[in-house]
Amino acid sequence: MRELTCQVAVVGAGPAGLAAAAAATERGADVLVLDENPAVGGQIWRAARGSHGPRRAVQRLRARAAAARFESGVTVVDAWAAPLGLHVVRGTMERDSTACVRAEALVLATGATERFLPFPGWTLPGVLGVGGLQALVKGGLDVRGKRVLVAGSGPLLLAVAASLVKTGAVVVAVLEQAPKRAVLRLGLGLVAWPGKLTQGAQLLTALRGVPLWHSAWVHAVEGEDRVRRVRTKVDGHERTFDVDFVACGFGLVPATQLGELLGCARNGANQGDGLRVDDDLSTSTPRVFAAGEATGIGGVDAALAEGELAGLAAARAALGPPPDGARANADVRALARGRAAVARHRRFAARLERVYALRAELRTLAQDDTLVCRCEDVPLGALRPFDDAREAKLATRCGMGPCQARVCGAALQFILGWEREKPRPPLVPIPFAALAEAGAGEPSART
Amino acid sequence: MREAQGGVVLSIDGEAVSVPRGTNLAALLVGRASGATRTSVRGEPRAPLCGMGICFECRVTVDGIPHVRACMTLCRAGMHVTTPGAQGGRANA
Amino acid sequence: MSAAHVIVVGAGIVGAACAEALARSGARVRVLEAHRPAGSATAAGMGHILVLDDSEAQLALTKRSRELWDARADDWPSSVERDVCGTLWVAADDEELEHVDTKLAWYTARGITVETLDGGEVARLEPNLRSGLAGGLRVPGDSVVYPPAAARHLLDLARRSGATVEVDRPITSVGDGWVTTRDGARAEADVVVVAAGLATPMLLDAAVRPAHFALVSKKGHLAITDRAPGFVRHQLVELGYLKSAHGNATTSVAFNVQPRATGQVLLGSSRQLGATDPRVEREVLARMVRRACEYMPALAALSVVRVWVGLRPATVDNLPVIGPLPAAPRTWLATGHEGVGITTSLGTAELLADMVFQRRPVLDATPFLPARFEHEVHAHA
Repeated sequence: MRELTCQVAVVGAGPAGLAAAAAATERGADVLVLDENPAVGGQIWRAARGSHGPRRAVQRLRARAAAARFESGVTVVDAWAAPLGLHVVRGTMERDSTACVRAEALVLATGATERFLPFPGWTLPGVLGVGGLQALVKGGLDVRGKRVLVAGSGPLLLAVAASLVKTGAVVVAVLEQAPKRAVLRLGLGLVAWPGKLTQGAQLLTALRGVPLWHSAWVHAVEGEDRVRRVRTKVDGHERTFDVDFVACGFGLVPATQLGELLGCARNGANQGDGLRVDDDLSTSTPRVFAAGEATGIGGVDAALAEGELAGLAAARAALGPPPDGARANADVRALARGRAAVARHRRFAARLERVYALRAELRTLAQDDTLVCRCEDVPLGALRPFDDAREAKLATRCGMGPCQARVCGAALQFILGWEREKPRPPLVPIPFAALAEAGAGEPSART
Repeated sequence: MREAQGGVVLSIDGEAVSVPRGTNLAALLVGRASGATRTSVRGEPRAPLCGMGICFECRVTVDGIPHVRACMTLCRAGMHVTTPGAQGGRANA
Repeated sequence: MSAAHVIVVGAGIVGAACAEALARSGARVRVLEAHRPAGSATAAGMGHILVLDDSEAQLALTKRSRELWDARADDWPSSVERDVCGTLWVAADDEELEHVDTKLAWYTARGITVETLDGGEVARLEPNLRSGLAGGLRVPGDSVVYPPAAARHLLDLARRSGATVEVDRPITSVGDGWVTTRDGARAEADVVVVAAGLATPMLLDAAVRPAHFALVSKKGHLAITDRAPGFVRHQLVELGYLKSAHGNATTSVAFNVQPRATGQVLLGSSRQLGATDPRVEREVLARMVRRACEYMPALAALSVVRVWVGLRPATVDNLPVIGPLPAAPRTWLATGHEGVGITTSLGTAELLADMVFQRRPVLDATPFLPARFEHEVHAHA
């Protein structure tokens, strides 16, 4: 198997990963960045070529990380901690391309996924996540003149709705499940973050004319082969809209699977559910750092601050103690600045978490015949007799499909309070050919 | 009107389609009339949900290779894509 | 004895089958499961129902068990996914083909329908096998099931006969007709059946444990693919399988692949003697996959959705332990089934119930009795 060595490996080339790559490179480490998408930017900076701000941000970070190596279109399917190593598989096309990455330190910038909650009709074509529809539009989906309902929860709703309006879609309404007073309080509190205040104001301007309701959510989606109508609950009344697309997502869930394979501890569901990190963004596994949404949902500014700090810390871990006092002092100052920045952004993230907390009614959207596991077509009613995810999986196949419980697991954690199962390799389905390539010299046991 | 920056021709279920270079395959499939990418275990039409590679609803066969996530794939010239839902609704899952 | 109080320790498929057989015979059965039903070795296994010819005793037990699976064919719910697809033992070369003839004679003499196949017939039956295989042995009466569903069904049947099943009830100690639970409470019964898999020896109080009774773990890897309907029709096993299963090598692999009702392909098998770490080991998995791809090159392109590990409880003589403890006549063992636990769960349960209720057993119980562990036991040649 091909072997790639580096001093710092960064998994994920979104804002946190790019910032980590930049910081680690500047600190003098040999950096390898691995990302599974065709282009860097992660989710929030997807198709950065198309928009000015993200494009500049990506360019600046890549310039700082000019000496780093980038491997796009590769997925990390397995990892081990002592010594540190990753099993990566190239893309979805070239089935024989696997490699083993060796690193002295690792930065996990694996981001987050949307939280999907089931409701009647949610499996119809045309129902996507909020980020999901955004991703496809950035990928070339033409939504001009298409009627779209945006629903769910979180700051993503307004951002995506505004973006859809700009591309010519007809956003029939935005339904935020959080109460208006909570969101208003957040708005008032933005005085402490002027940049965000401006952003917020710009969004609302872009959405002039689009009905925006709070304490509102989707009840059911109707259609034969695809979505035609969506029934919603607004102000205690039912409102029905004819639509071409429903973009519905209920916040973000940290993507912690790779960290968990490495034995990293996670915060509890009530503390953000992300990988647990200390002040220097080190996880509980030595030489493994984490930054960005993977440590807890915080938005792009927190991700950038965390990436810078994690990249610096990882480089220091890989390179060993600084050779001289001046360098050591510079490190100490940089670390202090980094920690302060991270703390500041974390405070904002905590506020967001409280504002957009999911209300209890959302647990009752799914009926007994509503599918929860889309991979294996398992309805909620079939799951109720069980006490945990594993037992339900063995009995009903829920979670046995290719998504490896990423969709249903997050939903059941919210609806039934079930802890998600520990992930096992491979983290995504890969051909047997990729599994066959582990050779002699690979560590056979994992810490 | 989106300008085609050097169009790319590929085939979807036997039909030739031209798209701008860099178009995401899932974006192309969702934009079609049916919008479906696969048929579920119980025979229902399904289409992309997450757009970022974790829901696996967008699995299609590309150049003979099954279970390729369309949302992680860019359209390439000469690409041959089939969606099992086109084959009489047989469950692909 | 018909109103006997019975405690069954363990709700894996063996415990479930024993509970069902005892309850059906009129006993009042209480199943105590440490965690969740069918959550341990039963959840990991391939669910291959087969007649195994590695010894007379094993053949008798697997043959009888297969009959019992067939007899209840109409009773299994669809969740059990029972498919009488048959086993096809594959001979890679002429040397292995000679073994096929020996097996044919052996099985036939003992009433098992089998047929030999030449290379061409094997290729026609299973087009995805590599060309050039010498031939094979087909056992059409073998089948596959989904073990957790079968175990759950057996527990449901037991409940219908009045049994109770308690979960999250770990047992800390077992003596003659008693068990102690984690909270220190002691429960007594006329009959205690310990079907606790690998944990069994440690549960037995020193006073009742036979001097040389031990179970060793044989770790196995499994992998299941995304749906590929029609890829394989039979359970395919290489003839070297038994060398792997009963050999002395610490780590061995053998080609073993199975079609599932969903169209997914299930791949085994590997054995690591004494390994108890439940984590996947990439090197061993790679060896297993490479071995499989030697027989079925087309496997290389199939998409693997999940990989997991199971720990088979094995005895040193490769026969399960079924019967009463010599030092504790009210306590019975039903464990040590290595890689045939799913198949032999039914035969084990019938044999055990026959002995408990002092009926004339269909099988000769002698080779399985725990009493054999009072002295040192040696592996069969």
